[in-house]
Parts: sequence; structure tokens; C-alpha cells
Amino acid sequence: MNTHSRIDPASVPDPKQSNRLAGGRVDHSTVLTFSFDGKRYRGHPGDTLASALLANGVRLMGRSFKYHRPRGPLTAGSEEPNALVELRTGARREPNTRATTIELYDGLTARSQNAWPSLKLDAMAVNDRLSPFLTAGFYYKTFMWPAAFWEKLYEPVIRRAAGLGSLSGRPDPDDYDKGFRHCDLLVIGAGPAGLLAALTAGRAGADVILADEDFTPGGRLLSERFVIDDGAADGWAARTVAELASLPNVRLMPRSTVIGAFDHGVYGVVERVSDHLPEPLPGKPRQILWRVTAKRAILAAGATERPIAFDDNDRPGIMMASALRTYANRYAATPAGRVAVFTCNDDGHRTAADLHAKGVRIAAVIDTRDDAPRSPDYEVLRGAQVAGTRGRLGLTFVTVRQADGTERVLEVGALGMAGGWNPNVHLTCHQRGRPVWNDRLAAFVPGALPPGMAVAGAANGALSTHGALSQGAETAIAACADLGRPTNAAPLPKAEDAPVTQTPFWHVTGCKRAWLDQQNDVTVKDVTLAHQEGFRAVEHLKRYTTLGMATDQGKTSNMAGLAIMAELTAKTIPGVGTTMFRPPYTPVPIATFAGRIKGRAFHPTRLTPSHHWAKERGAVFVEVGDWMRAQYFPREGETHWRQSVDREVTATRNGVGVCDCTTLGKIDVQGTDAASFLNLVYANGFAKLAVGRVRYGLMLREDGIAMDDGTAARMADDHFVVTTTTANAGRVFRHMEFVRQCLVPEMDVQLISTTEAWAQYAVAGPNSRDLLRRVVDPDIDLSNDAFPFMACAEVTVCGSLRARLFRISFSGELAYELAVPARYGDAMMRRLMDVGADLGVTPYGTEALGVMRIEKGHAAGNELNGTTTAANLGLGRMVSKKKDAIGSVLSERGGMNEPDDLRLIGLCPVDADARITAGGHLMARDGPVDAKHDQGYVTSAALSPTLGHMVGLAFLKRGADRMGERMRLVSPLTDLTVEVEVCSPHFVDPEGGRQRA
Amino acid sequence: MRYSGFEVIKQALRGHRGWGPAWRDAAPRSEYDMVIVGGGGHGLATAHYLASRYGITNVAVIEKGWIGGGNVGRNTTIIRSNYLLDGNEPFYEMSLKLWEGLEQDINYNAMVSQRGIVNLIHTDAQRDAFTRRGNAMILNGADAELLDQGAIRREYPWLNFDDARFPIKGGLAQRRGGTVRHDAVAWGYARAADGRGVDIIQNCEVTGFVMDGGACTGVETSRGTIRAGKVGVAVAGNSGRVMAMAGMRLPIESHVLQAFVTEGLKPILPGVITFGAGHFYVSQSDKGGLVFGGDIDGYNSYAQRGNLPVVEDVCEGGMAIMPMIGRARLLRMWGGVMDMSMDGSPIIDRTHIDGLYFNGGWCYGGFKATPASGMAFAHLLATGRPHDTAAAYRFDRFRTGRMIDEKGMGNQPNLH
Amino acid sequence: MLIDHPLLGPRDASEFVYLGDASLIDRPDWQADDAARAFHDYAYLRDNPAGPHRELWFHEGGDRSWLVVTRDTTTHEITDVRLARDVALERRRSS
Repeated sequence: MNTHSRIDPASVPDPKQSNRLAGGRVDHSTVLTFSFDGKRYRGHPGDTLASALLANGVRLMGRSFKYHRPRGPLTAGSEEPNALVELRTGARREPNTRATTIELYDGLTARSQNAWPSLKLDAMAVNDRLSPFLTAGFYYKTFMWPAAFWEKLYEPVIRRAAGLGSLSGRPDPDDYDKGFRHCDLLVIGAGPAGLLAALTAGRAGADVILADEDFTPGGRLLSERFVIDDGAADGWAARTVAELASLPNVRLMPRSTVIGAFDHGVYGVVERVSDHLPEPLPGKPRQILWRVTAKRAILAAGATERPIAFDDNDRPGIMMASALRTYANRYAATPAGRVAVFTCNDDGHRTAADLHAKGVRIAAVIDTRDDAPRSPDYEVLRGAQVAGTRGRLGLTFVTVRQADGTERVLEVGALGMAGGWNPNVHLTCHQRGRPVWNDRLAAFVPGALPPGMAVAGAANGALSTHGALSQGAETAIAACADLGRPTNAAPLPKAEDAPVTQTPFWHVTGCKRAWLDQQNDVTVKDVTLAHQEGFRAVEHLKRYTTLGMATDQGKTSNMAGLAIMAELTAKTIPGVGTTMFRPPYTPVPIATFAGRIKGRAFHPTRLTPSHHWAKERGAVFVEVGDWMRAQYFPREGETHWRQSVDREVTATRNGVGVCDCTTLGKIDVQGTDAASFLNLVYANGFAKLAVGRVRYGLMLREDGIAMDDGTAARMADDHFVVTTTTANAGRVFRHMEFVRQCLVPEMDVQLISTTEAWAQYAVAGPNSRDLLRRVVDPDIDLSNDAFPFMACAEVTVCGSLRARLFRISFSGELAYELAVPARYGDAMMRRLMDVGADLGVTPYGTEALGVMRIEKGHAAGNELNGTTTAANLGLGRMVSKKKDAIGSVLSERGGMNEPDDLRLIGLCPVDADARITAGGHLMARDGPVDAKHDQGYVTSAALSPTLGHMVGLAFLKRGADRMGERMRLVSPLTDLTVEVEVCSPHFVDPEGGRQRA
Repeated sequence: MRYSGFEVIKQALRGHRGWGPAWRDAAPRSEYDMVIVGGGGHGLATAHYLASRYGITNVAVIEKGWIGGGNVGRNTTIIRSNYLLDGNEPFYEMSLKLWEGLEQDINYNAMVSQRGIVNLIHTDAQRDAFTRRGNAMILNGADAELLDQGAIRREYPWLNFDDARFPIKGGLAQRRGGTVRHDAVAWGYARAADGRGVDIIQNCEVTGFVMDGGACTGVETSRGTIRAGKVGVAVAGNSGRVMAMAGMRLPIESHVLQAFVTEGLKPILPGVITFGAGHFYVSQSDKGGLVFGGDIDGYNSYAQRGNLPVVEDVCEGGMAIMPMIGRARLLRMWGGVMDMSMDGSPIIDRTHIDGLYFNGGWCYGGFKATPASGMAFAHLLATGRPHDTAAAYRFDRFRTGRMIDEKGMGNQPNLH
Repeated sequence: MLIDHPLLGPRDASEFVYLGDASLIDRPDWQADDAARAFHDYAYLRDNPAGPHRELWFHEGGDRSWLVVTRDTTTHEITDVRLARDVALERRRSS
């Protein structure tokens, strides 16, 4: 963990940085150069971009969303709504990056955004002049006439004006990663509560992860001049971090934001590994998404100071009082040499005292309280309020309305707002727990917590350092007890324990343009209008005005909006409600959630055993689910894929072809009840299938729709080998396991997926038997009598290599499928090619496979589309009524058995040169062409080299009765109308003589 | 008060003091002709069409919380009519036509923005399926366009063409598809219905149905009994819970669907892109946020929140197809409860209980259906007969075997 | 989410595939007089409770067990996990 050693406070600030103070936690001795909007500046290690710009006298860093108002940083942390910049250049450009959290590095480049032509002279600032017309929700009331103008005129103008920064439009060049971590205790936040919680649990031996979004642990202790025990608080923090780092059971995760609390103790943690560097080091990711599973968690996320609404409270230089303190104490920077503080509590006085101590002039502390404490060091205006401010691009004057009603103008370059603190309850709400109202603090504190979570410190409303330390220790002791590691309380470090009562002061009375949500330009007036128009529910308020919907998700604005709505409706704040905090706690790059996934890594790539051989042969591959399959094997001189496919089909139908069909799902089914089991799973009967025989099987879903088809081969009484389609392999296996475990648990049957275990080749064509005789060991009789159509056997090949042989045919030719152990797949394919050369053996790919199955009229994925019944497929008679089978009862419903049901048929073009297109619809030859007259649709189409014209498979109403009818195939989408003739789907060898030869 | 640009200027010059509530904060009366349970998009649209098309204005819409707080307030705002099946396409096309005239009909700018939607095609089989779908759309009077890879590349040059696991081979486009400002749909319908006398009653939870001789004659609520000639239930996400009060089990499971939005960005995405192979779809809102989503988490849930695996899955899909969004930051994730039906299609039907009508089961397609759903439900309530375009959305289709299963997934709701 | 597998201990839910209501174990008798109605109700109707829900998960990325998980649909809290096969066998014995 980064533990910058304390810099000698006497070190002289860089004179080139006009607002650089002495001391702080920046390394004054090292100069980093960076540029903002093309201008070069100097800063130091330990700076953020915002602190370095402030040190250089730059307050203007951005423009607001709607009115393009000039803006500077409001905060010094991740809750920043204003100071958003485009960081880096080229493909690494990061829009909307909070200047307040960007760690300065040498050579950093940032640009302002949402401003044209420049940040100082933004043309869209005209919106600010038009603001009387652009109130909350004005767009819902206009731009309606004429109707066509919305897309053409109004919306383009609105879209151009909207948005903040720009994406580069180029692929993100960086790498990202993900990982799992497990711990006993996750501590979220490394302020005083988190540090002591981690230390207490760490000393007790628990596995602890301490995650903090900052690059230096310590939380507010880094920003304050507190004393713990007898030394500076940040020194205590550094010593504690050092001890934690020395404990092997504690993992420190700086630059790591806990973004969400998910179910069962899973926390999302984003670690920014490289964002503080110009670019990631070689081999390192930019960010890592950790899923941390924690038995217990302690949320010690601190609190966020809340602003006060007054007229023109959004000028650069106006910021949270605590941010002024952070900039001065931690970053040795001030937005101006002369500042004022507007406060309703004692905390604002801390800012004045600290800045005074740093040599910054305090014009006055404007305190709303009549009894505000006095100070010898600066003037306190009791009972006073800020009435207005001036300064176009940065604060120049503050007008104060004093207790006696007189006004006084202060000339200042910065104004701190101290409206009290809101506990950071966000993660407690991620499982829809609602925070509860605490009157003493006038703030929401955690309510119902996610299981396993405790909250400590300021996040739990303990706003003093002592309170934070004591709750940190207590929650850790309780967690250790839960974890079975009881430990005793160690003496608490001594720290300030100022009693904290917060008297709310949300806004100056009668203010008009007083900003609540600075980024989205939501003012007090907008809330008033929402109330007037009935948008009073919290979510209506938010959605109508966009309050709290900006990149900070309302961290600094929601409370005041609620408070004002409460005033208007005469309700309490909790009576108005709370908005739901959703993950992520701070925005996360999409790429971080994707991790290593990009490009081809998106899905696993599965290769068949003959892949390398096919590649050598110059095959063209195609994605089939996660598999890559050879689509066709072009030969020299073939210039169009169809030439290759036609050749492969013709060679197979006339000689012999080989196709890798390993991708088909294969399931081994064993056990004494294997046959009964398959009898239940398949619609057709399997109980009586003889050993050594294969049967085609149709599987239905329970709703009676065809799920998958394939074959089951009975290798032994108690052993079947089932094949599924490639696409459904996983689903069918899952389904069969469901049937086995949930429906027939008493059966003796076992399943195992063997898809990857066997390389399987279809060897098809009239010469296939001859080819196989050259690889199958000679003791095996392959004659038609000994090994007829639909036979199967365990065989040996190539001299005692065990293999499985199935005489099944997808092409309609005399054909076999030969399976060998996957590691022999490559060798088997090469052997088949070698020994079959004189037979003209031809490898064929998925295209030729598809052409041949269409020619043969076999249904495949296009036909088994999840809506077709067995009857639709022409397989109605396969559904046995004599036994129980999944899907058989519901397949009998009337709506699935109507006379005009779709039926699988074949189509031929009347004009042999005409094209048939899959996805076309069928209409009567004459009559209207519209949905009402739709008769069916084409599922598959191919040019049949065997027939010399295109053929198609289609589902047609009453199809079986319409053989020979001429119809119109229409595809208005592709501008096609063709006359077709209905025919049998079995275009080639309808009697099946060839496959039985 | 009629909304217009002129009115906005007039009111601005008077300090906006003249704007009244968009709808009255009505208290429940003891009896109405009809009570619509559910102040979401569908319920409010139903009330608007009952009042404006069927002249039935003695109507109350009762809502447990605040109107528009269900799925109309937490969706990804997409409208389209690119459906395949006869039972669906005419209905969704009617919906798209109603969207096209919505603003003028209800005098509220819901920002119906027809910037187009494209479904990417990655395989030949997908092209065949999308061709069939595009033809079905055209045959039903909708628009569809088949784009080749070149056309996709011209329109969306930053998609991943060169290093994609599943190469982009084309797309099916519907130019009339687009997005709508979702909250404004609820508010606009509420204001329009209110303007015709409909009572919109928030913070009024139904606790039971009033049954009289086997017929439903009203509802018991947290604010007292309300009698009604007819009761229509449109409570997406809570259909199971509410109808259980009438003793009904439904062909519906409730699931969580997450959705996501990034920080505001300057315009880069013209229309809606869907990447089916990667479970990812995205559009860019007028405020500049990329609004995107993917699959449902997959388990029954009423929690309105999801978990990390689906967040990761969706972002992986996004990075695979659109690697330029990597550095856009995801700002907010949220979850809605989806009535996942057994065939992926909705139900708009009378129940077996006289006087009780049901509208639900929209899966995650309910937003685009809002106008047609309101119209069809209003028609059913007003006439007792199903609307022509919604005639297939019956309870009994599972008994008769006439499912409307666009995705072909069968009786497993989380796959639709 | 984590599912405490009865044999393997806590496993990330992303290793599992979800099916739905555990009533799918209770497949009706195909020969019963009311089989058509019974199968309709079995296949299509759900209690869909907001609260404890018994549901089927398949450990696809693991040992291929089907599990019956009792999980609250409003909080996602899991209170019981059993092997579906054991549940199915018990139901056989008790019916």
C-alpha cells in the first residue's frame, strides 16, 4: 500500500504554482508536468488533477449539463458532480473522469468537455439565458407539433446539446481482469473506523481484506489536523497501515472501490491497478473486478458533506468546506488566497481554522446560527446567510445578508459550504434496505442491513474520531466473535470526541436559482415546480426534475431535494421518503465488468479432432454454436463456394465422402433400466430395440413440441449410445439428467456425456463400405447381411484400435458413422484419406452435409425450431400411445392436431432456374399476398447438384394433401416472388434403397 | 390546460405560477363503473382508451405506490414491432402505430423517437429465421429491411467486424422502431385520463377482491372497499400475488431482469442495436446515457435487484460486439420484476370469475406494448370481447395447445 | 449468490442452471382419467410465491446434480438445499 513518507512541512512550495501551500502529503521535491485544455502545468506526486489545477490557480474545470454553467470542483472526492474531464487521448480517452480522483502522473493530458468552442467561451451557455423557459420537464410540454419534426429537428438539437464527454469511438486497447477472493471479514473504507476494525480483526487472526477507494489509506485523517494518542492522526494511520501490511492474514486493497453488496456476502470490488499510470505496465490489466465472498463485512465508508442552497451557489470556487480543508491540509493547495466559509455547524469553523493556519486569509465565517462560536483568528458573522455571489468564470464576490438585515459584500475567490454530514449508507441499501432518519444528526443512518454487514464510524452516524475508532473496534470484535475468533477490546487510541448535533440548514429562504444537483442543473425552483405539478413522490421528483440522476447519483444533492419537498408538502423528510441507492457505488467502466472478454475470447472456441487436418487442407470454417466446423474444402481453381459444395455432394453421392460429425452430442446411457429410461425420454419405443441395432429417436418436450432428434444405438442390453444434434447437446443432457434424477430416481441408469471423448466421422456414399473395409480390422464382417442398415457394433480399426461403428445415414447414401477415441481422431481422418485416395474419397463440410440432408428431407435445426410437433414434421406416427413418454399427453391437445396444421413438405421451383429462399412465405397461386392468406413458410433451401435446381423444405398448411399444387413463394423482404410446386420432402431416393444397399 | 410551446413561453413569462398538477390527487370513491388495478403504463393506458375511445369515464386506476413505479419506470425504453407469429405481429404493429400518434393523442411529449432498431445476424440459420420474420412483418403491414454486412458497416462502423467471435453477417432492421421516454408514458396517459375524469388513486393497495355470488364486484383496498362493475388487473410483476387473492394460479413466474445505464456521453449511437448471440442490446438516451441490458438473471425473484454474473454477462456481450464502449462507465444497475409467461406471450382475457379481467404475462416486452395493451384491455372491458389483434392472448391457449411461442422455448419461462 | 451444495459445499450460483418450481418433480400419471388436465396444470401453472420457493437448480458446471433449493424470492435467502433425487425418492415412498 502506498505510504508516502511525511514530507517536511518546511519544504518550500513551487513558486510557479500560484496557489500551492506548504506541507501536506504531496512531494514538493518532485515536479510532474501535465496539461489541461492544451496548457501545461506543474504538480507533484500525491496530487489529484483537481488539487494540482487549483494549486495552479485554475478553478474552472467544466460546464454543467443543461445550462452549460461554468463549474469548478465541488468536492475533493468520488462524489464530485462538476469537475469532470476527458482524461488521456486517442483510444484511451476516458470521458467524465472526476478530476478530484485522478492521481496525477507525469505527462497527464486532460481536456474539458461539454463546452464549445472553449471552456471559457461556451456557445451553449446561451441555455443559461434561456433558463426561464427550460425548467424541469419543459420538454414534455412542447416539441409536439408538427409530429414529424421530433426526429428531424427537435431531437437532434437536444441530443447534440446533451451528454457530457465523448467516447473515442475506438476499441479500448487496455486489458482487464476478474478474480474471486474470499475472506472472513471485508472492511470497506480505511478511515479511522475501518483501520481500527481491520487491525482488531487482523490481530485476532481473521482473514481480513481492507478495501479503500483512495490511493492512500486514512480517509478523513489525511485531510484533518486531528491528534490521535499524542501524535498527528495521519501518522497514526500510517503506523496502523504498516502493522496491517505486516500481518499475513490481512490484505490491503488501495485504489479499490467496493461497488456493490450482492447476495450471500458477495461484494463487487473494482481495483484500479493502472489508472495512476500513463498506461498499464506490460502484462498488467487496467482494472480488476474482484468478487469478494466475505463471511462478515464492516462498512466504514465515512460520510459526505452536504452543501447549502443559495442563489448562484455553483460558481467555480464554491465548494464543500471539507473539500477546502482537504485541498489545504492534504494536497497543499487552495482555490484562492482569500476565502470565506458558509456554515450552519461547528465543522465549518474547522475549515476556517485550518486554512488560517496554512496562511490563507479568511474573509469571514458566515454562520447561520446566532450563537456561533467566535474566533480570534477570523471574523464570524453570526446569524448571517449568503444572499448571492458574483463572478462569471469563478467566484469574485459573496453577498452576505447579516443578522440585522444589512448586506455586506466580501471579496473572495473561494467559499466553503458546511451543511452538515450525510452518512454514506449506500451499500446498506443494495439489498433494498431502507435507511432510517436520525433526528440528532438530521440525516439518514443505516436501517436494515444486508446479512453479515455491520456499519461503523461516520457511515453509521458516529461523526467524531473517537466515535469512529470505538465503533470500528466494537464491530470488529463482534464479527470476530461470530467467526469463532473471540478477542478482547484493546485500549482505544485517544482522539477528539466533539459531540455532534447537526441542525439542518438546507437552503437560504427565498432563493431562486439555487443549485441542488449541480451537474444536471436542478435548482430549488425546479423542485417547487415539481411539487406544484404533482410530482411529489420521491421517485416522481427525481424522474421529473432529473435530481440525483447525474454521474454522482445525487450524493451531494438528494438530501436537500427531499428536505425542500418535505417543506412544501408539510411532511417530515422521512415522510417524503428516500430514493433507492443502486450499485455501483461509483461508476465502473463497462470493460471492467467484461474482464478478459473481448474479440474472439467472447466465447470458448471448440475444435473438432480433425480441425488441424482440415486447416491443412485449406478448409473454410464456420461457427456452429461454440464449435468451428469445416464448411467446405475449396480446391484449386474453385472460385465460388458453390463449386466446392457441388463437387463434395456429387463426389459423396457417386463415390465416398467423409465428414467430421464429432460435434453431435453423444451420451452414454448405462444400467439395467437403460432401455426403460430411453423409452420414457423418446416419443417412440426403445424397449424392444435389439442389441446391435440403432433406432432413430424423436424427443419431445413435456409440452409435446419436438425438442431434438438423433439416434440411440444399443451396444449391449444395458448400454446405449445416444446422439443429439450439435445445437442441443447440452440441453438434452440436462433434460435427461432431470428425468433420471427427478422423475425416475428409482431406475438403475447412469448417464455420461462423451461428446469430447469420441471423434466421429460420417463415411457416406456407394463406396463407403469399400473404404471402411480398408480401416476396419478384417475379422469384422461389413457385408450388408452381417452389418445391415441401422446396425451398430464395437469394432477395432487399424489393427486393434477400439472403435464404434454405426450404419446410419444422414445423406441418404450407403453410409456409416465411425467413432474412435478423440485422440486418434486426427490420425483416423488422415488414414481414411490415405487409403481411400483411389476411391476418390472426398472430405465434405457442413454445406454439403446440409445440401444432402435437404435433398433427403431430413429435419434439422431450421425445422426443429421449438414450435413444431411430431405431426408437423410428418413423424406423428412415431409418438407411441402405448407407453408413457415425456410430452406424449400434452402432444394430444386439440390445437396441436388440427386438420390445417403445418406439415413438412418439399418445394421445387416451376422454372428450374428460379430461386427458392429460406424464410419466404407461401401463398396461394392467386389471391392476396398478406398475413391473413399466409399458408406456410420455407425453412431450408439449397441448390441440389443432384437434381440441377433449387429445392426447399417448408411447413405448409395441410401440406400432406397438397402434393403437386402450385403456389407462390413470396419474400417481400428480399423482393422475391417465385412459383413453386409442392412435392415430397424426400427429393433423392425416397424409397431409401441406397442407404440399405 | 393544453400543453404547447406557446404555453411554455407564456408560463415562463409569468414565473411558471400557472402550471397545475399533471393529474389530480384523487381520493377513492365508493363505486365506479370500472376499477383498474395497477397504475403502471398498461393500467393508465387502459384508462385513457376507456375514456377516450369507449366513453367510459367513471373509472378509477388504483396504485399501491406511485404511478409509473413498476416496469414502465424501469425498462430500456425500446419500441418495435418486429415479431414473427400471427398471434403477435398485428398486435405489436398496432402498438407501434399508436406510439406514432401518441403525443398528439395525449398532448404530452413522450419523445417517441423512431431512430430504428437492428438485430444483428451472425449465421446463415439466423438469416433464414430473420428473413422469415421480416417477411411476416411486411405481410402484416409493418416495415422491415434486411441489411447485408456492408450496410451494417456503413451505419455502425465501430461494431466489431474484424475480430469477432461471431462475425456480423448482416442485420434485420426496423426503421420505425426506436425509443420512448418511459416515465413520460405513464405521466402522459395519467394526465390524459385524468383530464377525461378518470380518478388516479396512488398509495392505495388492493388487499382482496369483493366477491358476490361468485362474481367480482369490487376490490378491498388499504383505503376501503371500492365497488366496481368490472375489475381489470394490470399489475405486471405482481400478477401472481394479486391473482392469488382471487384464488387463481397463473401460467406465470416472476423473474428479475436487470438493466443498466452509463454516464452521459455525446451522441455516438443512432438507434437500437441488439446482439442476440451475446445477450446484449443498447441504445442511447436523449440525455446521452447508453441504456443497455441482456438476459434475465434466470431465477424467480420479487426482489427488484439482481446479481453480478448477469451484469458481467451483459457487459461481455457489449465488449464483444462494440469494443469502443469499454471506457464508458456503467452508472446504475437496477432490476424489475417480469411476469414471465409459459410461452413468452401475454394474456389479455376475462377470468373464470365474472367481472374480473386480467392483463399480464408480458415477460420483458411489456413497454413497447403499452398503447396496444391499453387499447386491447379497454376494448375487452368495454365490449366483453377480445380486441381483434389480441384474440390469441387467452388463458386457455395452454389447455388447447395454441401457444404463441416466438422463441420456441416451451414451458420454461426463464428461457423466453 | 452461493448455493450450499449438499455434497460439495458452497458453490457460486453461476455454476448452476435454473429450471423452476420444484413441483416439476411431481409428474402426473399418464394413464389417469384426468391426465390431460393434470399435465396442463403440471406443465403450466405455478404458485409463483413471494417468499420461500422450492426450486430446481442443475449443477451443470459441477457434479451434474439436480438440487432442490428453498430460497426466498423476496430476499434471495437460501434456507435449504437437498439433492433432488433424494427428494424425489422420498416423495415416491410417501405417495
